[in-house]
Amino acid sequence: MKISELTAKNLFATVNDGGNGDTEITKPFACDLLSFAMSKASSGCAWFTVMGNVNTIAVSVLADCACIVLCEGAELDEVATQKAQQQNVTVYRTDMPVFDAALMLYKEMQ
Amino acid sequence: MKLSYDLHIHSCLSPCGDNDMLPSNIVGMAALKGLDVIAVTDHCSCLNCPAVAKLAEAYGITALFGMELTTEEEVHILCLFDRLEKAMDFGSYVRTQYLDIQNVPEIFGEQLIVDEDDNIIGKEDTLLINATQIGFEFVHGLTEEYGGIMIPAHVEKKANSLLANLGAVPEESRFTCFEMKHIGYRDEICEKHPYFRNCKMITNSDSHYLEYINEPVNFIEADEKSAQAVLKALKNINN
Repeated sequence: MKISELTAKNLFATVNDGGNGDTEITKPFACDLLSFAMSKASSGCAWFTVMGNVNTIAVSVLADCACIVLCEGAELDEVATQKAQQQNVTVYRTDMPVFDAALMLYKEMQ
Repeated sequence: MKLSYDLHIHSCLSPCGDNDMLPSNIVGMAALKGLDVIAVTDHCSCLNCPAVAKLAEAYGITALFGMELTTEEEVHILCLFDRLEKAMDFGSYVRTQYLDIQNVPEIFGEQLIVDEDDNIIGKEDTLLINATQIGFEFVHGLTEEYGGIMIPAHVEKKANSLLANLGAVPEESRFTCFEMKHIGYRDEICEKHPYFRNCKMITNSDSHYLEYINEPVNFIEADEKSAQAVLKALKNINN
């Protein structure tokens, strides 16, 4: 599934459109500790987390994630929002729990 | 005496700190604002503290020394010391507990070590915003061992805080001072987590840019204007 298709499905609200609509999502990935995500997130994954701070954006760029999905109603703080805009990172948000949200994407991808 | 303070300021050593956050600019700005006491607390490193020490002495500002430690659980904790040597020794220990992940300056920002004259004397290669291998439960004992104090940082924040990452104050906690970014939430968090009622609360700028360093609007009551007296005051929950 491409980022543009995920956006069109409206499963999650778009917080920042990173302009990478053609990026193919490889799989969902769920993790909240940045030190783990940094070394475990794989290229092209959709990263489900509750961590909405600036370092989440940086780690997403480092790991080459396709997008970030903030779950449980977590929000991007102001600095992180600016960073997402600067670094062209697509960020969605949802009130769903991490597992439910990741599972929903997984099913959509089958 | 009442001393104005800002004890949580990041320098250009923190990857997220602006490169204008040179020790000279920070101490100069603090002097201009009329702050009595400051602390430069970079993520997991004290390597810009020597420059701060020299500049603070020159400007007549009292400085505490230390860092904002990131625990294994990614909880941020201010670790403050009254003497440079203690902070540097603590920093040397923390260095042995780094995760082996390198900084990528284009993504995270540079990590510059500078002297009091703004000369770049080194760059930290290990990524400093990362977790260390030090668990939250060990920080109190460690800071005591090195002669300092631990202060859980911005406890009400939704990321990298004691309450966000651990969910509650662990039962075995022994810290006596905590930091809030927004002090308006104090009653709320004290109600939810009564442990905080018996602690001293401080608030700092956590500034990564020069313009955000606090004005002299927050005060601490200390016996005299010295690092030792301020550390003692931070440890005293009764004033």
